[in-house]
Amino acid sequence: MPWEFRDKVCIAGIGETKYTRWGKQTKSEFALTCEAIINAASDAGLPVDEIDGFASYATERQMPAHLASALGVKRLRYESLHWGGGGGGAPGGAMNAMLAVATGVCNYAVAYRSLCQGQFHRFGQGAASPNAVVGMEQAFRAPWGLLSPPQDYALQARRYMHDYGVTSKQLGAVAVASYKHAQKNPRAVMYGRPITLEDHQASRMIADPFRLYDCCQENDGACAVIVTTAERARALKQRPVYIMGASQGASYRGAAWIHNWPEYPSAAFTEVAKDLYVRAGIGPKDIDVAQVYENFTAMVLLSLEDHGFCKRGEGGAFVEGGRIEMGGELPINTSGGNLAEAYIHGFELVIEGVRQMRGTSTCQQPDAETCLIAGGPGVSPCSDMILRR
Amino acid sequence: MPYLHSTPRPDTADWNTREWWALVKEHKFTVQRCAACGTFRHPPNPVCYKCRSFEYTWQPVSGAGRVFSYTVITHPTNQLYKEQVPYNVALIEIPDAGGVRMVGNILDCPNDGIRVGMAVQMFFEDHPDGLTLPQWRPSPG
Repeated sequence: MPWEFRDKVCIAGIGETKYTRWGKQTKSEFALTCEAIINAASDAGLPVDEIDGFASYATERQMPAHLASALGVKRLRYESLHWGGGGGGAPGGAMNAMLAVATGVCNYAVAYRSLCQGQFHRFGQGAASPNAVVGMEQAFRAPWGLLSPPQDYALQARRYMHDYGVTSKQLGAVAVASYKHAQKNPRAVMYGRPITLEDHQASRMIADPFRLYDCCQENDGACAVIVTTAERARALKQRPVYIMGASQGASYRGAAWIHNWPEYPSAAFTEVAKDLYVRAGIGPKDIDVAQVYENFTAMVLLSLEDHGFCKRGEGGAFVEGGRIEMGGELPINTSGGNLAEAYIHGFELVIEGVRQMRGTSTCQQPDAETCLIAGGPGVSPCSDMILRR
Repeated sequence: MPYLHSTPRPDTADWNTREWWALVKEHKFTVQRCAACGTFRHPPNPVCYKCRSFEYTWQPVSGAGRVFSYTVITHPTNQLYKEQVPYNVALIEIPDAGGVRMVGNILDCPNDGIRVGMAVQMFFEDHPDGLTLPQWRPSPG
């Protein structure tokens, strides 16, 4: 029995700012958020003041009421934040917007994410400065020098590689694919800067087994999508892109502190992916193209396994030989993604998913009818979405 | 001399974890255990995830551990770590406490000598500012 919300809600508009390396924007994060929302409404052909819902995720700083007032929206009816650190809410924020319009809580919700690491804090510099007093989970890791995301994810990657014989070159295949796709995308920060597998292997070690090119970028920018019912979407400017299914959450004790979650290694999607496929009424074999959040390359392999594209431990072999590159069996991160387009906490992957379903990607997968978007490997809660033409 | 001389300090006054930190300060190595069903848990948490009991004990453990995973950090997160890299961080599994995992550093071992599954033994590292941390070194196992 399919999900009652399957195909009932569409993404009707997409909007972005220019993406830059951290510290290179000339406008404030707030101004960029407004710009992305205005661009999304314009793309949809929707007057900005008709937006009546706002949804985001993670540590989003730009709050709905402030945005709504600044943009002069007539009536604010819905606002939500998908909790959690990391990019686990990339499709999750859009899913909350979807639920709000599907249930009539609001009519036109904008799901958005702004992130200007250069204006606030660079993720790579760690959560705490030396000699700071840290609480919660940080108290059980930071005093031993486990400070930043690459260091943290390196622990799971090391164990994964140990258990299944996955190699650094196999991780490199993920980076090579993202950079290859970014060369077609003038919006990508790494446009004009291709890399080879040899470049990946020669790049400096950050936290073993992660080299520089295994890690996502630190960028500044904002992006947004307009979410509305299929009926309303059909009256707007763009060809609607339908949300077939969406899911969020975590497996059993998925957020147990300092790597005490039981399913190890894992990208934390296994249960969330099950919900996704049941709701969408399709399986991994029906997915034509995917946007798979890359905080770190190894997590993409685990994500592909969690979503059933291959079995546990087979992710390394799966990504080899161009399978995940344009023209391959399952192209992923066709805009360049977090590694090579821009790290807007993975929300740029949602936008790229919409482009693929419109047929307007700079790395368009011919005849693609379905796109999976996976947000936030290794974090709980994470989230998933499947779009269709 | 501590393994890392400049790292964030833990909030040892936190209500949910302060008893564990106080025992560490006294050089008592324990893992929190549910008094009702015996389930071990770490980091400390007020309620048992198996039986929901709020009653617990601090189970003394030997300090025998196994390297569950590790990383060698070569890129400093910011200026203050420049003189501290390269350093290792390991996840240590505690077999006699239900396999709970702790974060630690492995001392008296070259970074390239660390292996998954390696046997390690806990010892207490006292810092000049009064902090005590459980740390690890290779053991015959």
